[in-house]
Amino acid sequence: MSLDILSPQNEPLLQFRDVNTHYGDLHVLKDVNYTIAAGEIVSLLGGNACGKSTTMKTIMGVVRPTTGSVLFEGQPIERLSTSARVRRGIAPVLEARRLFPRMTVFENLEMGAYIQPRGAGFNEDLERVYSLFPRVKERRAQLAGTLSGGEQQMVAIGRALMARPRLICMDEPSMGLSPLYVEQVFDIIQAINRQGTTIFMVEQNAAMALQIAHRAYVLQTGVVVLSGTAEELRRNEDIRHAYLGEMQVGVAA
Amino acid sequence: MTSTDLLLQQVINGLSLGAMYSLLALGFTLVYGIAELINFAHFNVFMVGAMVAMLTLQGFGLVGQETILTGLPLVGTLLAGFAVAMLVCGGIGVGIERVLLRPLRGVKGPAAMITTIGVSYVLFNVVLLTLGSDAKNFPNPLPPIVWHIGGAVLRLREVLIWVIALALMAGLTYFVQYTRLGKAMRATAQDPEAARMMGVEVDRVVMTAFFLGSALAGACGMIFGLYYNLAKVDIGFAAGLRAFTAAVLGGIGNVPGAMLGGVVIGLIEAVSGQTIGTAWTDVIIFGLLVLVLIVRPAGLMGRLAPNKS
Repeated sequence: MSLDILSPQNEPLLQFRDVNTHYGDLHVLKDVNYTIAAGEIVSLLGGNACGKSTTMKTIMGVVRPTTGSVLFEGQPIERLSTSARVRRGIAPVLEARRLFPRMTVFENLEMGAYIQPRGAGFNEDLERVYSLFPRVKERRAQLAGTLSGGEQQMVAIGRALMARPRLICMDEPSMGLSPLYVEQVFDIIQAINRQGTTIFMVEQNAAMALQIAHRAYVLQTGVVVLSGTAEELRRNEDIRHAYLGEMQVGVAA
Repeated sequence: MTSTDLLLQQVINGLSLGAMYSLLALGFTLVYGIAELINFAHFNVFMVGAMVAMLTLQGFGLVGQETILTGLPLVGTLLAGFAVAMLVCGGIGVGIERVLLRPLRGVKGPAAMITTIGVSYVLFNVVLLTLGSDAKNFPNPLPPIVWHIGGAVLRLREVLIWVIALALMAGLTYFVQYTRLGKAMRATAQDPEAARMMGVEVDRVVMTAFFLGSALAGACGMIFGLYYNLAKVDIGFAAGLRAFTAAVLGGIGNVPGAMLGGVVIGLIEAVSGQTIGTAWTDVIIFGLLVLVLIVRPAGLMGRLAPNKS
């Protein structure tokens, strides 16, 4: 039921196969499997320290799996350097934005396009980012560190788009943003997805994430405990209780 | 000479010293900015630069101050001296990084820094054993042109030093501000993990920082020789320590800060030497270093590094 959305024309873009990761003695991800199909928005839900950020770091090559494999477009990538993965078409929107604070907004976008040959394509990509985020265009000459959190998030998403990625991995895109910006950021994520980019996003704001995601995985202490379409998860009692903030009457664990 | 003339003269001297300290400070700051490492080998890379420049000029048949050149031969000889010193030193810097420091990257604690101290000793002793400990007469083909400004004297060599130092600093600034690799260097200095996730190959960036910093030390060695007409195996320590102070004063990791810090230290050395006495120079300069570390540890133009997660 949960894999219904994987119709034959939607090839798996990213797969985790029995991935385990360790920090020293600490076993973080435990036999984790994910499948993200081309064209999807997939959300990864879970509480603190459950392995969500480790998942993102494992995709980007900052953390290497101790066992298991990570496939991108069917090819194993777990041994590739971060740079090589970016070149294959994976771009991150990092937790807490992580812009280069003492570089201008424009230079931050240039860094996003670091792996692209500078040419006509660059200006096209730049125009695309500017049309998605008119605010970013206004601020292009400003140092990124001087922008508000919401503006920084727009630059961070724009920076990821400049790499012309097939997959964007977002780590907590709504964190620290005002409700107005959260709404905007999620609208933009949907717009980017409709233009053909696959999105895998870690998100604390489960209610919002399940509104725009096609599917979601729920991670608990490094184990995938639940997965399914966003619709299914929205209806799931445990999810409503644990992540959607809906108190259930008469429940005592 | 009136006291104004004396002061003017010391400003001229101070700017020349400052030009050297700035170039040398840039090497400390570039490497620290990228690799968070104080490269103590830098002291003696500079000394090797002076020796290599001397040997290069001698290779053109120049001995001491007897051969005066003008026109194209002068320009060509000077360019060759600078080019060879910068390339050899840049190569040494890359070698140190590639062979000795890269395997230590990610090792916690002072292992990498202590390695650079060891390399410094090796460079010192290699020069000591091959060229000896005596002060060498550094060839200087510059015509003895002087200008008198009031009672102060401005020599051609000083103007040349300023022009070359400014040109090198302008070139470095252009590189760091506007080239792809330069931007990657700045990005890596600000957030290495994020830079890596943009596809930046951090190894290349670190190597570039070592190359540029060491090449500037080579240029500084040539300038030192032209300024003092001498090269000696132990010149690295005093100049290197002042340049390091300059880098800290300007804010270590900050490129314009290193340039400013160098000029400030040069001026303080020259002016205080005149007015207070050269015996006090070290006390004043290192007293200033202590003061900066207490009052403004991030330096004149520096920012405290953000906590890296």
